[in-house]
Amino acid sequence: MSDRNSAKATEQTAADLKRSTIAHGNEGNDAVRGPLHASAGQDSAIGFPRRGMFGVSGPGDTSGYGELAREPWIPPSAEPPYGGYFDELLTALAAAYPGFGLAVTRVVVDRNELTLHVAREHLLGVATALRNDPDLRFELCSSVSGVDYYNPRDEGSNRLHSVCHLASMTYRRRIRLEVAVSVADPHIPSLTALYPTADWQEREAYDMFGIIYDGHPALTRILMPDDWDGYPQRKDSPLGGISVQYKGANIPPPDERRVYQ
Amino acid sequence: MSDSYAPSRATTEGRVYNLSGGDWDQVIGADPIHEERIVLNMGPQHPSTHGVLRLVLELEGETVTDARVVIGYLHTGIEKNTEYRTWTQAVQFLTRADYLSPFFNEAVFCLGVEKLLDVEVPPRGQLIRIMLMEINRISSHWVWLATSGMELGALTAMTNGFRARERCLDVLEAITGLRMNHGFIRPGGVTMDLPDGYEPTMRTWVAEQRREVRDIEKLLTGQLIWVNRLKNVGWIGVEGCLSLGITGPLLRAAGLAWDLRKNEPYLGYESFDFEVPTDDRGDCWSRYVVRVAEMWESIKIVEQVLDRLEPGPTVVGDPTIAWPAKLALGPDGLGNSLEHIEHIMTGSMEALIHHFKLTTEGFRVPSGQVYQAVESPRGELGAHLVSDGGTRPYRVHLREPSFVNLQATAALSIGGMLADVVASVGSIDPVLGGCDR
Repeated sequence: MSDRNSAKATEQTAADLKRSTIAHGNEGNDAVRGPLHASAGQDSAIGFPRRGMFGVSGPGDTSGYGELAREPWIPPSAEPPYGGYFDELLTALAAAYPGFGLAVTRVVVDRNELTLHVAREHLLGVATALRNDPDLRFELCSSVSGVDYYNPRDEGSNRLHSVCHLASMTYRRRIRLEVAVSVADPHIPSLTALYPTADWQEREAYDMFGIIYDGHPALTRILMPDDWDGYPQRKDSPLGGISVQYKGANIPPPDERRVYQ
Repeated sequence: MSDSYAPSRATTEGRVYNLSGGDWDQVIGADPIHEERIVLNMGPQHPSTHGVLRLVLELEGETVTDARVVIGYLHTGIEKNTEYRTWTQAVQFLTRADYLSPFFNEAVFCLGVEKLLDVEVPPRGQLIRIMLMEINRISSHWVWLATSGMELGALTAMTNGFRARERCLDVLEAITGLRMNHGFIRPGGVTMDLPDGYEPTMRTWVAEQRREVRDIEKLLTGQLIWVNRLKNVGWIGVEGCLSLGITGPLLRAAGLAWDLRKNEPYLGYESFDFEVPTDDRGDCWSRYVVRVAEMWESIKIVEQVLDRLEPGPTVVGDPTIAWPAKLALGPDGLGNSLEHIEHIMTGSMEALIHHFKLTTEGFRVPSGQVYQAVESPRGELGAHLVSDGGTRPYRVHLREPSFVNLQATAALSIGGMLADVVASVGSIDPVLGGCDR
């Protein structure tokens, strides 16, 4: 990320923090309608630039893999026509939700699956349209899960993703909604009012990633103990394995072993 | 108190009432029933909560007025652990999530990985996967029937159910070497081909299962206590199911014929002849009817697989993905084949390098994310996989039907009797290993 962008991101994070404090002060559903700021428009990349293998770098790299380079991967944005039922679906969504252009920051079609990157203040609007519009009818919220696109060199503004998979039983279609937020301001409106099934799944994403779903009726830990400190499925959280001793040899836990990168 | 029915006398312990009549109200005070609010903790160590499920019930007399579910007692961090293992090793973790339907966990993950890799498993591999999953569906339903029956006092359902399930585990052991947690389905295919002489074993098994299912129907379907414990208990309709995300037998028992094997076919299920059983009562009884009918359908599918199996490869042809170690089934389970060991140790240096690279480094999966869903015995089992192009998964999330369906506990229990909570929770068929992962 260039300096200009990171400066912008810092500024945004500070502003977001201030706003979210205000938003969070309100109780219940008001928090959802609070002045949530748009999540940043940059794309989160999977991975970060790396060289070499086994975590060895610099002039002392005698592994023989020093020239290997791994670039971060950003899923390419799709352009219409998207193919399959995707065009019909997006046309119907654009008709049902007037703010479509602002709401959907990116459309990705990959492996025959449709992903919409949605600005968080539009998430409820988009999901409502998807559920209620007779041409869309996404009756089932299959899954809500978190993903941490972590980059140790850059605490980006869109590190945490909340990924929601919706299914239309009427039309036999599926769609993925992805919302990205930063660790400093991890607020996303809750889908529980629209899809009550999101209740536990959002609690799990909060438990594991620390994503805060505003408007959730009881956002508490669900799988980890209540007094657990931290968010265990974030990438900077260790696996917590202990080394194994066998006949005098010490075998490190899986997260500290030498690995192919 | 000078009542002739309840005379009292003072002792060193305090005042003692000797109650013999029907005028309790004079003794205790007015209307005790409606002030009798009890918070009852049930579990996590309780014989009828299907594992370490904890229920906190609020009761008024025998009536449940509030029900909360506490989970997480079996959280083992399977999703996080897979991020530190290769794509193939991850299967060994996921198979242990929902331990009553291991093949479904393996299959949904492997189908997702194959979608990321853009490879397709050869027909024989697909058929073997279907056969294993359908045997597994039957064995999972047997455990449901056995445990639910035991909780409701039908002990013969328990003994018969576990006996029939043991037959299923026997054939699974004959094929994979293990009774549970097989790790048999792998990205790219299955670990090894079916053993010699599998067909007569399977045909015998099919005949046995037909007899067992018929017997259990004879035993339970007209059994008055069984009927009375299940009918009109734990109702939930289609709307409730959809809003709570409930799929599988619960949704079909409410009347919606939603089965991913028919609606979003995978592995070639569209070419099989089977029905999606439904019922319209939406209560525990309907779920019993639907599950037993599903066992008949699964037997039908297994028979069709047996008719269709042709010799051929069981893993993808691409040697950069297919597991190099040829495994063999010995008398003590799955192990290395001596032929393969001889080949890599004495025959070919390249084969040894290839074996070593794939078993230690693994294969790389192109970056991206997919969502793959299969119809497990409990409903939609989904896998959300993210790859960063490396040899290990970047993120694995299981959309577990036990986890999602347990959210219905309150809807099924509130307003009913305490004893019916057991029937209702049993009819969800939760497996806490899958729920907590």
